Amino acid sequence: MSGMSRIVKTITNVAFPFVMIYGLYIIARGHLIPGGGFQGGVVVASSLAMVLVAYGSIWIVGKVKEKNLSVLESLGAICFIGLGFIGVILILFYSSFEGSFLKNFLIGQDTIPIFNEIGKGISNINTAGIIPLMNFSVGMIVIAGLFVILLVMAYATRIKEGK
Amino acid sequence: MSRRNLVAAIFFAIVAIFLVFGALMMHPFGEFDEEHYPEMDQYIIDNTQNETGADNGVTGVVFDYRGFDTLGEATVLFTAVAGVILLFRRLKK
Amino acid sequence: MIYNIPYIAAIALILLGLYALIFKRNLIKIVIGILLIENGVNLFLITLAFRQNSITPIYPITGDKSMSLPVPHALTLTSIVIGVCVLALMLSLIVHIYRHYGTLDVRKIGREKE
Repeated sequence: MSGMSRIVKTITNVAFPFVMIYGLYIIARGHLIPGGGFQGGVVVASSLAMVLVAYGSIWIVGKVKEKNLSVLESLGAICFIGLGFIGVILILFYSSFEGSFLKNFLIGQDTIPIFNEIGKGISNINTAGIIPLMNFSVGMIVIAGLFVILLVMAYATRIKEGK
Repeated sequence: MSRRNLVAAIFFAIVAIFLVFGALMMHPFGEFDEEHYPEMDQYIIDNTQNETGADNGVTGVVFDYRGFDTLGEATVLFTAVAGVILLFRRLKK
Repeated sequence: MIYNIPYIAAIALILLGLYALIFKRNLIKIVIGILLIENGVNLFLITLAFRQNSITPIYPITGDKSMSLPVPHALTLTSIVIGVCVLALMLSLIVHIYRHYGTLDVRKIGREKE
């Protein structure tokens, strides 16, 4: 498939940044409003799918390498598992720390002043410990994974020119 | 109607009867009496703001109380992407 | 009995999917049946989470309202993502089957080469 008409491409150029910013907003406020890593990642991936439909898969494959998306997805998975293992590793340094795998280690301490408050009050974004960081890592996994699935399937089943 | 369709229709009717009577015998929609009181969910609703710090209870459950579920889910997504790329690699050239 | 109408709706969706799964021969229609069953199960979990006079489980809470149960919502979130993964794998395998056998009828697949 080699792209659609000029009207579709123009509308896609206008609408694409708004959809993408909305998806990133849903990921970033996932611990305060309905949303989170999966839902926001799906919104961002659908904006990329809109570009894929409007411009055609051959144009996208020339611009985006498939290996870079694989690197992004692996990076998200490594961030997720690494955040889980920090809760175990902290036991070695602080003997009084009650740690476990996927322990929320940023809540209930004053040493590191990021995301460590308890969420009283309306929409305080500096709360919830490692949950926003895990939202971002899961968002990376979902964006890269769904876009790779759509890109590979669209490119493999494309219609040849001249048939 | 062949014999295969007849057997399939009988199986479908049995499953339909079991599912519909099972739905009719459940507790009323939206009401929890003493026997079906949701203790675990009530604990999570009461304590999610103090223990995880998140205002959103569903995010607190997904990423803190049940983090292993989310890890397995990410693994399933990763495996599906790897499978799709593996299946379509030979068609690309 | 009138209070069990939401359960009946979920059961109807599941039975519709089971009908497509049993009686249809096209592979695409079988995949649609599997998706209908999955969506019926998700709808059933969401109906289990509802409480009378409740809001979504997100603070702040106002008045004397209660919150609906958060754990079925979380499990449904997991189920939806896994459904997308399974759908992608099934469609990829169907593309391969169509290129190899030239048909999507389940009764003709596997008998072409004899």
